[in-house]
Amino acid sequence: METTDKHPLNNAFLNALDKSPMDKNKIAIVSGIGCTGRVAGYVNLDSFHTTHGRALPFAEGLKAASPDTKVVVFTGDGDLMSIGGNHFIHAGRKNMDLMVICVNNLNYAMTGGQVSATTPQRAITATAPYGSFCEPFNLPFLAETVGAVYVARWTVYHVREMQKAMSEALNKKGFSFIEIMSPCPTLFERRNKMGSALTRMKFYKENTKVENNADTRNTKISLNDPFTVGKFVDIEGKKTYLEAMNSYYDEAFQSDDEYMRYRGLAQKNYEEGCLND
Amino acid sequence: MKSDPRGVLTGVHYIDGDHAACEGALAAGCRYVAGYPITPSTEVVERFAMRIPHIGGIFMQMEDEIASSIALQGAVWGGAKAMTVTSGPGFSLMMEHIGLAVMTETPCVFVNVQRGGPSTGLPTLPAQSDMMQARWGSHGDYEIIALSPNSSQECFDLMITAFNLSERFRVPVMFMMDECVGHMTEKVVIPEADKIEIFERKYTKKKPSEYKPYEPVKDLIPEMAEIGKGYKFHITGLTHDERGYPAMNEENQHKLVSRLMDKIRNYKKEIIMIEEDGLNNADVAVVSYGITSRIAEKAMIDARKMGIKVGKARLKTIWPFADEYINTLSKKVKAIVVPELNAGQIVREVERAARGNCNIISVPHFGGTVHKPEVILAAIKEGAQSGNNR
Amino acid sequence: MEESKRNKCSSDAKTTSPKPKEKVCFQTERCKGCGFCIEFCPVKVLEFSKDYNKKGYHYPVAVNACKCIGCNMCGMYCPDFAIWGEKNSDKNKE
Repeated sequence: METTDKHPLNNAFLNALDKSPMDKNKIAIVSGIGCTGRVAGYVNLDSFHTTHGRALPFAEGLKAASPDTKVVVFTGDGDLMSIGGNHFIHAGRKNMDLMVICVNNLNYAMTGGQVSATTPQRAITATAPYGSFCEPFNLPFLAETVGAVYVARWTVYHVREMQKAMSEALNKKGFSFIEIMSPCPTLFERRNKMGSALTRMKFYKENTKVENNADTRNTKISLNDPFTVGKFVDIEGKKTYLEAMNSYYDEAFQSDDEYMRYRGLAQKNYEEGCLND
Repeated sequence: MKSDPRGVLTGVHYIDGDHAACEGALAAGCRYVAGYPITPSTEVVERFAMRIPHIGGIFMQMEDEIASSIALQGAVWGGAKAMTVTSGPGFSLMMEHIGLAVMTETPCVFVNVQRGGPSTGLPTLPAQSDMMQARWGSHGDYEIIALSPNSSQECFDLMITAFNLSERFRVPVMFMMDECVGHMTEKVVIPEADKIEIFERKYTKKKPSEYKPYEPVKDLIPEMAEIGKGYKFHITGLTHDERGYPAMNEENQHKLVSRLMDKIRNYKKEIIMIEEDGLNNADVAVVSYGITSRIAEKAMIDARKMGIKVGKARLKTIWPFADEYINTLSKKVKAIVVPELNAGQIVREVERAARGNCNIISVPHFGGTVHKPEVILAAIKEGAQSGNNR
Repeated sequence: MEESKRNKCSSDAKTTSPKPKEKVCFQTERCKGCGFCIEFCPVKVLEFSKDYNKKGYHYPVAVNACKCIGCNMCGMYCPDFAIWGEKNSDKNKE
């Protein structure tokens, strides 16, 4: 793995990346702000650490300008689904060719454990000191509804499955979404008396039901009940935003000599049309 | 480098400022626009969306202005020249990402076709009340460039300058139009592509192992690296060192912020554009910009008929502000008249730069219409009667 | 910790055999003592040390190093890149 010289960085994504035949120069990481924000800085790839909640639209612009780059968005539940929820539903609707990894720790952890859009009901957080009373998002259901072509949920206990999901998503065209349930031992687990990180890992081991192709309406997460993990959606053949645009315009402008099929804006393409002196 | 002829609609046109601004962007090499519809700026993106399939670029209508203002930065790092277009309420939403563009030194253009405010205000009517917001709207200390055109022709010409400056200084450029300039239809002459100078983005030619994304190379400005070429660069909105990685301490903050400001401040001479007329021996100078400068023109003609020696200094570059120029001017004239479609924003800068050397007369107007020429004329007359400071 | 178990194989993989096929490697100073590796090692190679690292945590040690199958499960779980398993085949050496 070229991400490091001395130590194998052994997490699932890097393993998946390592095993993938992809040119590592053609992979870009985009992150927002939060516990996942710094991921962009931990990998030796073209990487972009953007603003809170806006990793997705940045990634959309990046992908549109440089279509041969595989753009991976690392994000969390607060970043992606609370402040960035609007961008998520629209990126999914447009089927932007992005791989989105959402690390869901059920709260805003970096700022001290506040209630987020995925905090289960009755869970205590810094800004819901008597317990959260709101219905949280069920992310796989939401992702499927907005049109994601690949939806999976695993926990940090399911390392092999997680790595496999990431390998699959890396090779997937279109909007792919992987939710990774992760403990936040210092804030969420402590406040809700769920024990240590290890206790939570054991909970993930014992209280998750693997059900591939499960109906995502039934994949809700509540505070202490078992929940479903697995690969829920894997659709082939849906056109991505750029593919849809090109195929539509190909048809609309078939008799138009002036029409130029869109091929990205990397410098090479850009120069081709320029008068070089 | 010369302009790409595919984007240049050479000829004589009768179009409004919004359309001319779009043509200017295309001529400047802009091939990516992310936008969200908002009156009175929408015509810019409408024209772009219509033209771009024939030029080889892309328009993306985003879900809001927040998304637009960062999608364009993603596109820039992906290799595009890019802009976004909006009006007041959308401009307010974009503020955080102006800061990001400053911090990451992303060359891009933000177009604001100004309407009356605050809030939804006057969607279809003019104002120039976002001038301070353009300069100070994002948090933190920074410098940006802001230009203000006053005709359709200048929307075209100055837009090319806006892109060139953004690439030259790696800074977001605010293109501050107003509803009148945006919707006023006039003759626009678009020259041939080989007559249009384009500032080409300087990608580094260093080896990836020797390249540091934020190491200033020339004029305090670092080189960009192309995506996907093995540079594996890291871009962050956090305070960073020359390697581009977060380095959050006093020393790095000082080094970075002072460079970000100095790279503009030290090159003011290159950036500041002022159109002047009749300032030799003038008693009164009218300092104006955008649509207001054209109303002031009428007032100045009337004033001259009355025997008042009045000259004009029209600011094409609003930010960085022409401090030294105004200071010199203030020593020559009795009074400076500053009409603007706001409660008095740029007049504060004029007052600051003049340091009490002459009488400064603000002619505020909250927008909705332009000034009546008589109001500016009255201010010129008042200025002519000021005590002689020489 | 029963002494009998500890005696079955040495605690240090590197010293048991000059060319071990599979081994577990450590960067103990990175460890924060979460215990994931110990809990989820499929062949129970690891236990907490009696010593502390510089950060003040008990870190994992290989008490049954000879059992290690180099599956790298520990490395997959470790949040801090402090431990990993290696399959030391001849092929890898090349």
